Amino acid sequence: MPLKKIEKKILSGKRLTSEDALACFESSDIFTLGRLANHVAQKLNGNNAYFVQNHHINPTNICVNRCKFCAFSKSRGDKGAYEMSIKDIVKKLKGQVGQRKGTKTAGTAKLRHKGTEGFSEVHIVGGLHPDWGLDHYVEILQKIKEHFPSLHIKAFTAVEIDYFAKISGLSLKNTLTALKNAGLESMPGGGAEIFNARVRNKICPEKINAGKWLKVMETAHSVGIKTNATMLYGHLEKYKHRVEHMLKLRNLQDKTGGFQAFIPLAFHPKNTNIDNAQYTSGIDDLKTIAISRLFLDNFPHIKAYWIMLGAKIAQLALCFGADDLDGTIVEEKITKSAGALSGSAMTKSELINLIEKAGKVPVERDSFYQALTK
Amino acid sequence: MTTQKKKKSYSARITKKEGLDLLKNADLLGLGSMADGMRKALHPHNKVSFIIDRNINYTNVCINKCKFCAFYRNADASDAYVLSKRKLFNKIRETIKHGGTQILMQGGLHPDLGLDYYVDLLKSIKAKFPIHVHGFSPPEITYISKTSGLSISDTLLTLQEAGLNSIPGGGAEILSDRVRKKVSPKKIMSKQWLKVMEEAHKIGMKTTATMMFGSVEGPEDIIEHLDAIRRLQDKTEGFTAFIPWSFQPGNTELFQNSKFKIQTPATGVEYLRVLALSRVYLDNIPNVQASWVTQGLKMAQVALRFGANDFGSTMLEENVVAAAGVKYIAAVNDIIQAVRGGGFQPVQRDMYYNIISENL
Ligand code: SF4
Ligand code: SF4
Repeated sequence: MPLKKIEKKILSGKRLTSEDALACFESSDIFTLGRLANHVAQKLNGNNAYFVQNHHINPTNICVNRCKFCAFSKSRGDKGAYEMSIKDIVKKLKGQVGQRKGTKTAGTAKLRHKGTEGFSEVHIVGGLHPDWGLDHYVEILQKIKEHFPSLHIKAFTAVEIDYFAKISGLSLKNTLTALKNAGLESMPGGGAEIFNARVRNKICPEKINAGKWLKVMETAHSVGIKTNATMLYGHLEKYKHRVEHMLKLRNLQDKTGGFQAFIPLAFHPKNTNIDNAQYTSGIDDLKTIAISRLFLDNFPHIKAYWIMLGAKIAQLALCFGADDLDGTIVEEKITKSAGALSGSAMTKSELINLIEKAGKVPVERDSFYQALTK
Repeated sequence: MTTQKKKKSYSARITKKEGLDLLKNADLLGLGSMADGMRKALHPHNKVSFIIDRNINYTNVCINKCKFCAFYRNADASDAYVLSKRKLFNKIRETIKHGGTQILMQGGLHPDLGLDYYVDLLKSIKAKFPIHVHGFSPPEITYISKTSGLSISDTLLTLQEAGLNSIPGGGAEILSDRVRKKVSPKKIMSKQWLKVMEEAHKIGMKTTATMMFGSVEGPEDIIEHLDAIRRLQDKTEGFTAFIPWSFQPGNTELFQNSKFKIQTPATGVEYLRVLALSRVYLDNIPNVQASWVTQGLKMAQVALRFGANDFGSTMLEENVVAAAGVKYIAAVNDIIQAVRGGGFQPVQRDMYYNIISENL
């Protein structure tokens, strides 16, 4: 049994080496991997499976980068290019709240603010707009806070932060501090893609390199902003690149402790310009979840992002080491344009049902994984 | 853990009681790995088969009106139809053009179509096309026998002579009359379903068996179903494959009618649990199919590690499920890719699970 050694390490709480992780990827024994990952998840999070009720806002799809695999972005003047004014954003947040009021949200968390019933977080990411300055983003944050003071704002990938710093001429630290002062409380983990320089140069040469991405995250952690980390897999990378990617994250996490969740993202081939792109297999999705749980021993959470994986695989991921399904998402343009497998919203009771049927305990959380009182 | 140990050391088949215990209490991965082991023992070659065929629903008129069925219409409904021969032949021609070797003919129980209609239909197909006709599930056979006044056996012989090759396992739903009385009170009961299959097997016709779960049944009903199939298979060896799939609530009375209390369709985890148990329980049925139509391609890939060794049919057309709002349209290429992605070699087969093509 090639996984015997790994099993021993996991059960005695020892850290896996990169070679171990690679052996896991090369193994076809998904049952042992799943069982061990579930064991680790249980130790860290008990039987809990978390979810959050959040809005997604993508303020613009106009982007100067135009990454090859990005089916979401447009250039200015393209058909379908859009930008939301700050008013639109506030209206949208209010509008969705109104829409939800009509539908019954059973057992909603305590009313936090008139109008934001049920939702605890707004998630904002978008393209790198050629003209918007840092001030504009600061204002978006301030206006949201003004209207919804208790809504947690999770916003801007490392790629956007780096861009804001560049256009404003400020240091990363000062950029992040300015955003933090305006209301930014945590950051998503996007833009990490795959760190390996050779693969990265093939799939997103336009994007900041691995060193820069990690630098932004390190700086964010240092000014007290928690973040997530992602990994885009299933395109041109090899298993060893996945391991290399996770190792860099684990090393940084040792240093800062600022990462909350790791989110493996399956590559979606539709509408992208990569030749012969395929959907990842369900087996690969589950293995990647399980191995990330085993290898990233210092990450508190592994997220199975249902909108990318499809509800069925995401549910199954809860038996393979994941402990978070993200949320009931109201708007998510980015994966939709890349041919995601799911619709764009799931109700809270549907999410709860999925979790319970997987044998886990559903816990509605806030942005820092605190359980919200029922 | 204990169940897994039991299974590893077992030489005899698992009992009903053990089956029930596994279904209710086994952890998913433990049960999955048992099923995977059994699949490997039965199919050690790492190949996963599929058949290129087309589902042809010759009529949607049906007197039965099952509560889970989104497909049927009354005879006077504006969209009621009986397929013309011209359309039917076109569909068959297309099927053959796409590399298809079989048509799956199923339809409602139409009050005006008698045995003559079916005999003529089969003969005219066979006169024109070298195609395998897999058709008419037990409720249809029973209905034809009733309207024609012939015994089941004679009905089957007549149809066989006219060109019917094998019978699909539809209409089984859950072979527990407690459940059937609730969801399909007018449909034939378990005994009759099994009798049609037994008669078919006796005259040398192979059939498949299905199970539709996730409606109003309990775990005991699922075991009762599996056990009935296993017992008949011991006797006849006429089943080629078992196909579990989950109830698709879409536009059906069963979902809309709140007294049945089905809030949500079966989840992926429940599907895999039932699939894995089926593989373990039905030790005398060679093949178990993954249902990509109801589960999607990614879950079907996972199903290949939870007991399934076959991807079923390409379903060039699937009216019955599509009417319930599930639409997983997969081209043959998608299926080939999906099987490869799942780590297996895709092979094209016929209804008897003979491999027709390995170079895909
Ligand atoms: S992935 Fe992000 S940075 Fe790249 S083109 Fe799309 S929106 Fe722009
Ligand atoms: S399931 Fe079959 S028998 Fe029942 S109503 Fe539909 S077509 Fe008729």
